[in-house]
Formats: sequence, C-alpha cells, structure tokens
Amino acid sequence: MQLQYFLLLASALFCIGIYGLVTSRNAVRVLMSIELLFNAVNLNLLSFSNYLDSTDIRGQIFAVFVITVAAAEAAVGLAIILSIYRNRETVDMEQFNLLKW
Amino acid sequence: MNLAEGVQNVSFAILAVMMLGAALGVVLLPNIVHSAFLLGGVFISLAGLYLLLNADFVAAAQVLIYVGAVNVLILFAIMLVNRREPYTVVRWGWLRSGATVSVCIGLFAFLGSMIFSTHWALKPIVALPSTVSVIGIHFFTDFLLPFEVASILLLIALVGAIVLARREYLPDEATGEEFELVERPRDPVAALAEAIESPLERPIGRI
Repeated sequence: MQLQYFLLLASALFCIGIYGLVTSRNAVRVLMSIELLFNAVNLNLLSFSNYLDSTDIRGQIFAVFVITVAAAEAAVGLAIILSIYRNRETVDMEQFNLLKW
Repeated sequence: MNLAEGVQNVSFAILAVMMLGAALGVVLLPNIVHSAFLLGGVFISLAGLYLLLNADFVAAAQVLIYVGAVNVLILFAIMLVNRREPYTVVRWGWLRSGATVSVCIGLFAFLGSMIFSTHWALKPIVALPSTVSVIGIHFFTDFLLPFEVASILLLIALVGAIVLARREYLPDEATGEEFELVERPRDPVAALAEAIESPLERPIGRI
C-alpha cells in the first residue's frame, strides 16, 4: 500500500465533488457535493497522518475537527435551504437570485 | 508480498471502486433520493478506507456522524423540499457542463502529476496500541483551545439552524381562540415573487 494511491483516490473524489458543486441544479445536491469535498480532505489528512506521522497522529485530530465543522455546516445549510424553499417555493439554483442584482 | 498485504490491496481496490462509483452516482443520477442513499455508500466506503489507514476512532466517528446524522438529515431535507419540477433549460448549459468536465479533468491530472512527482518523506508505520488514548491526550493538552472552540461552534450551529428553520407564527391574529396557533398561510415574500414572475411563464407543475 502506498501513500500515492490514497492521495490519488482523494483527488478523484475532490474532482467529482467540484463537478457536482458546479453543475447541480438542486440545492440539496449541492450540499451533498460539499460533503464529498469534506470527505476527500479527510482522506488526505488521514493518509498523511498514517504514512508521515504515525506515532503522533495529529492528522486524525484534524479529521475529527473537520467532521465537526461538516456536521455544523450540514445543519445550517439545510436550514437555509428550508427557509429559501418556504420563500421561493423552489430548490432550483438558477432561480436563487435574491442577492444577485 | 505476504498475505496481509494482499488482503489490504484487494480491500483497497474494492473500497476504491465502491467509493468512486457511489460518488459518481451521487453527482450524476437524476433522482435525488437515490443520490442520498448512494452518499451513505460513499461514507461507509470511506470508513473502510480509514480502517485501512489505522484510524479506527475516526472510522467509527465517520459511521456515527456522517451515516447516522448527516445522511439522515439530508434525507429529511429531501422529504421536506422534494417537489418534482421540470427545470428550465439554461442557455449554454451544455457549454457550462463541458467546461466543468474539462476543468475537473485538468485539476485531476494536475493533482496526479503533483502526487507522483513529489518525493514524500515517508516514515515507517508504527502500529499504536490504541489511537483513542492518543487522540484524547492530544485533545486535552495541545489541542484544548480548538476543542472548546469546536463545542462553541456546534452550539452556535444548533441555535442558528433552529432560528433559520423555525416556522413563524402570527400570535397577534388570534381571534379569541386561546389554544389555537394560527399559522401564517403564505409568506409575503413568496406571494410577491410570484406576483412579479407571473407574466414570465414558470413551467412548474406540482405533482
């Protein structure tokens, strides 16, 4: 097992997440893509923690903090989507132009 | 290659294929409920990969928090806002997705070349007897301030999510009835938006 394979896998997951983040029309799918990005970063942190710092695992601490922030982000993001849906009655990202101009 | 290494390689390949397939399904499937369930598959495959990286506590936290909390929360949000509407076709939409695909492939190629051209300062892997005690020692000695800040962040997120998602009532329109909560029928912003956009046709059908 090599470090490079894990990093390559994490970068593939990151690119898939960016594609979903840019091209999705549904707002909930945008949040799911953000979760994919968080998980790619976590995989990077844990592989570095295992292969470069295995006695003093600081990468796992960072991964736990990332998981915490991701949970908070998911809760607040879904609350925002619920609020927007009550006001605009749609979840289409193309129609959310309240602050555009 | 001994037996343990072979088992690790095979399980890494299986988990990687599962994770990439499920992630592509999350992004590409048209039905968003299928996407949400495949997101749970991505999280479980990632927990397996974390076990391969000697991170048992983070794998357990991944299953508990992501699969048990975040995924269930996303499913609840889908059930609350899931309204099938035909999306209006955006001009130059194919150009947008094509440009995104090329940018993502370019980013992946860039990252891959960086990964395989960098000389990593690898160290031999030391198997810790228990990662939980090491993580706990870190949390209460040199990562104490971020730990407390994370708890305050969770409290703020809790309050903010409740404030944002709370349904608003109008208590001053009670018509003599004491125990009836009069719910606001429609928000004025939505009514205003519909009044503005009604000449423009919005091909939205409630199903």
